[in-house]
Amino acid sequence: MADRLFKWLTMAMALSVLVLIVLVGWKLYQGSHLALQKFGARFVTTSNWDPVQEEFGALPFIFGTLMSSVIALILAVPPSIATAVFLTELAPPRIRQPIVSMIEMLAAVPSVIFGLWGIFVMIPWLREHLFPWLQKWLGFLPLFKGPIYGVSMLAAGIVIAIMIVPIITSISREILRSVPDLQREAAYGLGATRWEVTRIAVLSYAKRGLFGAVILGLGRALGETMAVTMLIGNRPEIAASLFAPGYTLASVIANEFTEATTDIYLSALFEVGLVLFGVTILTNAIAQLLIVRIGGPRASRAAQ
Amino acid sequence: METSKAYQTWRKAKSVLVSLLCLASALAVIAPLGFVLFYLVRAGAGAVDLAFFTHLPKPVGEPGGGMANAIVGTLVLLGLASLIGVPVGVLGGVYLSEFGAEKLNWWIRFGADILNGVPSIVWGIVAYSLVVLPMKGFSAYAGGVALGFMMIPLVIRTTEEVLLLVPNGYREAALALGIPRWKMIVRIVMTTALKGIVTGVLLAGARIAGETAPLLFTAFGNQFWTHNLKDPIAALPLQIFTYAISPYDDWHRQAWAGALVLILIIFLINIGVRALTQGRFSGVQR
Repeated sequence: MADRLFKWLTMAMALSVLVLIVLVGWKLYQGSHLALQKFGARFVTTSNWDPVQEEFGALPFIFGTLMSSVIALILAVPPSIATAVFLTELAPPRIRQPIVSMIEMLAAVPSVIFGLWGIFVMIPWLREHLFPWLQKWLGFLPLFKGPIYGVSMLAAGIVIAIMIVPIITSISREILRSVPDLQREAAYGLGATRWEVTRIAVLSYAKRGLFGAVILGLGRALGETMAVTMLIGNRPEIAASLFAPGYTLASVIANEFTEATTDIYLSALFEVGLVLFGVTILTNAIAQLLIVRIGGPRASRAAQ
Repeated sequence: METSKAYQTWRKAKSVLVSLLCLASALAVIAPLGFVLFYLVRAGAGAVDLAFFTHLPKPVGEPGGGMANAIVGTLVLLGLASLIGVPVGVLGGVYLSEFGAEKLNWWIRFGADILNGVPSIVWGIVAYSLVVLPMKGFSAYAGGVALGFMMIPLVIRTTEEVLLLVPNGYREAALALGIPRWKMIVRIVMTTALKGIVTGVLLAGARIAGETAPLLFTAFGNQFWTHNLKDPIAALPLQIFTYAISPYDDWHRQAWAGALVLILIIFLINIGVRALTQGRFSGVQR
């Protein structure tokens, strides 16, 4: 009797995970009911965000979220995977452990601290040095045109990149570790150099798992809130220039939720949350499936 | 197939070149940690004094003051979060390791990993609609609920992992003595893995201690002491955020100090955990 009770109790707790997913989705849907009804599809296709006129279009936030995440991925993926290769294929154990520890420490730094550092250290440096330099050499591209404020889409992208590097690196590392040694030995046996072994035997074997690691990084990038809110400039505009301020789904919620005075305004912010939740759930599900299939259940744990 | 000497040299050179590139990447990846820590210590160390730990924030214009209420607030919120995250997470982990059927386990693990990726700001909205709206006000409870939900998937996964490290012989020996299964799990399996479970909880605590987004419209922040958990409460990350985006130099100084203290708390927990995980059956392997 006590046994059965205990089993049911633990089962209820375990199932709460699935209940929570449903609960989140339902609460967000419930909260955004008003906005869903009033705006319909217009909500995600128009870009007029005007609380005074009670007109809400979330396109600039969707654009900002995607744009900043893409910048972050472009900056973060190559060094992360190269680092994972370094740690699994090249580094002697003596220097592997310190680097792994430091990457874990980087992952433990809270978002708000990156934001603080971004405001007072990174932004001034970008404004004085990197951005003018980029504009001088690449200014003919629309991406690098326009006035430089410091706070910008690119600044947000850079800080997100720093923050998703640890997760992409540690998952890629688990994936590469799951590649059977036989695979490497066979390639060495054919006389391949170290890089050839890595490229032919390891990377091509681990391709799909690494893709999963990247998608998981994307999931984190899409939902990154505090550092982005502090650095992106918070202006709901769609601009071609990376130097222009932007706005993301997460940061509009962070900034405006407590200011939402009317029901429809609050409901619109709930719907922004719903969009964000939907997109991140989907991204994470795809990533987890890819990672678990390739790297085994241990690999997905590295995401913590 | 090409076998000329020049080609062989090129192959080897290419291999060395790529190795060097990978090394450079590894250094580039950890460089930001150095930059952040350097500035935290440089700007924060001077601002951390006794008053920082013992005084309330001062109004704008008055120099001095501290973040005593925010430090206590963060601890209170962590405590409230643990009330939700620890029992649900630990017992859920027990189910996965001791009872679960393969298929259901797969779904629960999958669900936990997905929950783990839900943006923290979304947890804020959920706690807002579950607690703030019915209670008609921001409160410490709401902040605790938001953080507690975030703890669940973290604790479930680590608990399962450490329980699986306990050898089956222990379970069989206990059952052979006629001990009921639930007692065997609680007294033998969980006790053996206690260090590991505690480790998992501490790591989860360190993870959520720095969260700001879920607290913005739940705990809300407070410039004074909170005497009732139904009232808004201050938290270190919130205070850092408020001060960082303010236009006042003195507040900026305090934000750096707060950030330094916060990161020290988080790193100390992580280091403490490492010390804890020396023994058997305690390793939360990362």
